[in-house]
Amino acid sequence: MQVLAASGLRLDLDVYDYLILALYFITVLGIGFAARAAIRTSADFFLSGRSMPAWVTGLAFISANLGALEILGMAANGAQYGLMTLHYYWVGAVPAMVFLGIVMMPFYYGSKVRSVPEFLRRRFNNGTHLFNGISFAVAQVLIAGVNLFALALVLQTLLGWPLWISIMLGAAIVLAYITLGGLSSAIYNEVLQFFVILAGLIPITIVGLTKVGGVDGLFEKVRQTPLGEPGLHTWANTGSTDNPLGASWIGIIFGLGFVLSFGYWTTNFAEVQRALSAKNMSAARRTPIIGAFPKLVIPVVTVVPGLIALVTVKGLGAESGDLQYNYAIPQLMRELLPNGVLGVAVTGLLASFMAGMAANVSGFNTVFTYDIWQSYVRKDRSDEYYLRVGRIATVGGVLIGIGTAFIAAGFNNIMNYIQALFSLFNAPLFATFIVGLFWKRMSAWAGFWSLVLGTLASLTLYLLHLGDVIKFNSDLDESFWGAGAAFVVAVIVALIVTQFTPSKPEEELRGLVYGLGGSTTSGDVILAADKVWWRNPVLLGAIALVLAVVLYIPVW
Amino acid sequence: MANESDASRRRVVRLFDVRLVIGGLFVVYGVIVTLIGLFDTSAEIAKAQGVHINLWMGIAMLVFGLLMLLWLRLSPPEPLPGATDDEADTAPSDDQD
Repeated sequence: MQVLAASGLRLDLDVYDYLILALYFITVLGIGFAARAAIRTSADFFLSGRSMPAWVTGLAFISANLGALEILGMAANGAQYGLMTLHYYWVGAVPAMVFLGIVMMPFYYGSKVRSVPEFLRRRFNNGTHLFNGISFAVAQVLIAGVNLFALALVLQTLLGWPLWISIMLGAAIVLAYITLGGLSSAIYNEVLQFFVILAGLIPITIVGLTKVGGVDGLFEKVRQTPLGEPGLHTWANTGSTDNPLGASWIGIIFGLGFVLSFGYWTTNFAEVQRALSAKNMSAARRTPIIGAFPKLVIPVVTVVPGLIALVTVKGLGAESGDLQYNYAIPQLMRELLPNGVLGVAVTGLLASFMAGMAANVSGFNTVFTYDIWQSYVRKDRSDEYYLRVGRIATVGGVLIGIGTAFIAAGFNNIMNYIQALFSLFNAPLFATFIVGLFWKRMSAWAGFWSLVLGTLASLTLYLLHLGDVIKFNSDLDESFWGAGAAFVVAVIVALIVTQFTPSKPEEELRGLVYGLGGSTTSGDVILAADKVWWRNPVLLGAIALVLAVVLYIPVW
Repeated sequence: MANESDASRRRVVRLFDVRLVIGGLFVVYGVIVTLIGLFDTSAEIAKAQGVHINLWMGIAMLVFGLLMLLWLRLSPPEPLPGATDDEADTAPSDDQD
């Protein structure tokens, strides 16, 4: 054991840690079996029968985002850029989540669509629908592969399990619980995982802060690192780009806060699906807003440990090996956590990788079944038939995910690979979506062409970057430009094509476009269940936004 | 017949309530980690910078788990949504919302 523990980042788990890990997996599979007993229709399987209370969907919403990639990545950013990482939470997430809940959810939930592509069919046409359905399905299995690969990498590094065994094991467990229990199973596990990951991360922050002498001690020690004083401010140095993040306030607010974050949160079906499973309109609207509150304070267990690692782990920030920024949290786990809470932390980390993959797979099987198979391949079959197709699609999605895990293995920085995927798939979709939502004249074919050409624009830049035809500063730089190009192209194409093709009649757009109220989006219906003040999405959203501003004050 | 399947369905709903799952797992975790904390050696406590982290986290998880179970006790789950649509007429009249 000594030999094993001595090598690199290997954690020395004892029998109790493994007991904690095993209990978690037994519970997860148990949820799958319990969910199976409750599932009767395809709507149960894909949308949890629209039955979930808001606190469950809200926590699942934030949990689908709180994958281990996010946790390890944000701790890494905390160590590398300091407190400016907070922008990813307070500018880059909370406003978009509130916007989704207040402005967009009435259209999604009220139009009774089962997926984001289906919304595009109603607003535009079949072509737009099919294109987005296929591109979404492809994106989901690619990202599922990233999650699976990252899971295996962590298992290999921390526990010494061989890479391919970890990939197979992770895939098998996700497959089992989604095939059995569908979205309900995925959502329940997300909520469970949310609490387990917190129980694993909180001890790191507590013990870590004790070690460095509290928050004051931490800040004092950060001042003595190369990051220094600028690492302890968020806005103070953003008049220019001379700050750790290298971004001005304009870039932070418009680039991160608007294009990237609105694109991610408002059109990402793997997220929106959680809200669509809520039991009524009010619960659906509160879903992302309830998720915004934990999002406000999650930096305490991600960014703060990143800073603690910066001042306690010698040599952190190496180009490769165990001292990369990405391993900030595993390093602290190894140094600070005794057996017991260590088992909880490892369980939380593994659980969050699986939750990430499960979110992708459950998004994939819904879109594949409803938007591709039922719409264009086999129409008008029985509900049991589509339930079966959904289960088969799940198996297919997981198998393809194993394949794409090996694609991800070819990228030396998986965060950059993820960013590239987002710039390809999310940025053009967001542009098409936002124009179509607020401009009723935008024609059906404008929707199709703006989505296709926006995606092509981003894809072209990406291929030119790969082929070294155009030089960018970094992979990340390319994906920002790719997202920007996709957004601009999609908007311009939408404007031009609308001039030459007919708009849809207003009657068909009721409830789908801002300003054209439908029976489901009128004020009375939306507000019916919101009479108690603490269930009012607008008030809750406003509180979240105010908190996001107030939290900035001590770290200005 | 209808009442029988209704009762079994209700059992499933109860078993399936996420508060039972979270509460149950955290009570078990809480007990395990608290026990580990009680028997922690001084080397382990020193590793955690002198904080009895197993003991504290164990107790915290136990309390959290019990609160989840208490919540479940105080407001039991509503019937499954399927029941409201296609089984509304078979549901017993003493059903509470």
